[in-house]
Amino acid sequence: MKRYSAFAIAKNALTYHQGWERAWAKPEFKKEYDVIIVGAGGHGLATAFYLGKNFGITNVAIIEKGWLGGGNTGRNTTIIRSNYLQDPSAAIYEKARSLYETMSQDLNYNVMFSPRGVMMLAQTEAEIRGYKRTAHANALQGVKTEYIGPQRVKELCPIIELSGPRYPVLGALWQDRAGTARHDAVAWGYARACSDMGMDIIQQCEVTGVTQSRGKVTGVQTSKGAIKCKKLGIVVAGNSGHLADMAGFRLPMESVALQALVSEPIKPCMDVVVMANTVHGYMSQSDKGEMVIGGGTDGFNNYTQRGSFHHLEETVRALIETFPMVSRLKMLRHWGGIVDVTGDRSPIISKTPLKGCFINGGWGTGGFKAIPGSGWAMAELMAKDEQTGLAAEFGLDRFQEGRFIDESVAAGVAH
Amino acid sequence: MLSLTCPNCGITADETDLHCDGQAHITRHGAGSNDDDLETYLFMRNNPKGVHFERWRHVYGCGKWFHAARCTMTLEVFGTYSAQTFEPPKALINKIKKKRPEFEGFVK
Repeated sequence: MKRYSAFAIAKNALTYHQGWERAWAKPEFKKEYDVIIVGAGGHGLATAFYLGKNFGITNVAIIEKGWLGGGNTGRNTTIIRSNYLQDPSAAIYEKARSLYETMSQDLNYNVMFSPRGVMMLAQTEAEIRGYKRTAHANALQGVKTEYIGPQRVKELCPIIELSGPRYPVLGALWQDRAGTARHDAVAWGYARACSDMGMDIIQQCEVTGVTQSRGKVTGVQTSKGAIKCKKLGIVVAGNSGHLADMAGFRLPMESVALQALVSEPIKPCMDVVVMANTVHGYMSQSDKGEMVIGGGTDGFNNYTQRGSFHHLEETVRALIETFPMVSRLKMLRHWGGIVDVTGDRSPIISKTPLKGCFINGGWGTGGFKAIPGSGWAMAELMAKDEQTGLAAEFGLDRFQEGRFIDESVAAGVAH
Repeated sequence: MLSLTCPNCGITADETDLHCDGQAHITRHGAGSNDDDLETYLFMRNNPKGVHFERWRHVYGCGKWFHAARCTMTLEVFGTYSAQTFEPPKALINKIKKKRPEFEGFVK
């Protein structure tokens, strides 16, 4: 792999940029691999990357039914934060956030990580107490956050309306090292690095079955033929339940649609990310100038990647109250993704009843921020075949044992 | 916008008048049941790509619960029926099978 650098750009400019090589190879797949990862989104590619980087396992294939990074990795609002209440969540999300800080250097690919700061508005008395509690918990976990008052909120984000009629802004939980990154670049950067380690990324290849013998996984059936493997990682977000069905086990998960939208581009007016969980909307400004807006999930199972229009209306109505200036903006695009939501709103990174088969899913509405930490934990789980490290608390058995990592109560909303 | 006909009051309502409460026909297990049964009741869910049976409530209407059969891939509603039953009516299953030959029938 030729490294990307300022020098490389200058050199290629002399040859009219005809000399750039493909970022990743388009291989034919082999008959057998040590590890097959199903799903070439951020989490799947990060898993493969850390299998290679941390454990030297490079005989890996990553199989994708659509195109690389075309699922939720390309459909989120790119927010990265780690201000979670429960210890296991804070540990994995903080690991992810810290890996984002050096990702551009580690992958030699500019992921445009922008640690611009994330504030979560407190708009009720209960939220003030909740966020103060989270700030204290974060202090104990070694995650730098602070609770700030309304004046500081206004300083950090001048376009905010503090004294809204329904829900005035009373304060906020502020994490200054949180921010955003270019979502596609995260998938592309990992794909390039995986390809460079000799891994095969096979796109437009749908897994149609999981083959097993004596309770152990032996490979997968795909739309392009059968492939054998020693270990199988299922990292398919909204389709986790579908793949688990093929592998013969059930999951405590349901798939629902989550939507986002962007406005027309405007001049820079907001250099932080603001989340308003009581009214349920969040907003940031992309480098192109578009306001990137997200809201809540739909209330019923759905695989269509389209959501209900009234949810967009509710989200925008909430944001107009908090940011009156957005009422004049035209919205340009809107889209939906399918997220897999678990009973305690925390992910599952776990061994499964099928030996040699592992699952990483259930990230619900907050998967993008976790990509590097998720891959790091999943790689350790798959390499050691042991529920350990960052994945230790995220096993499937927690639902039977009642050891929940209850972020639904902690966040009060989808997160 | 989904629209479902409430079998209790007969009104065809938009999804904004309704609330979905997930999978229908779940067997309830109480205190004294074993760990597997309790986990299945509380957390394990069918999450099919295709025909799904679910509980709905006509919240901004008659307030009553009912059941619906719906496709999660197309959002097509096959029909609604009373909540006072342990499984979907045979006529509805036959109707779905006619539309979706690959549908293998109701699985609890």
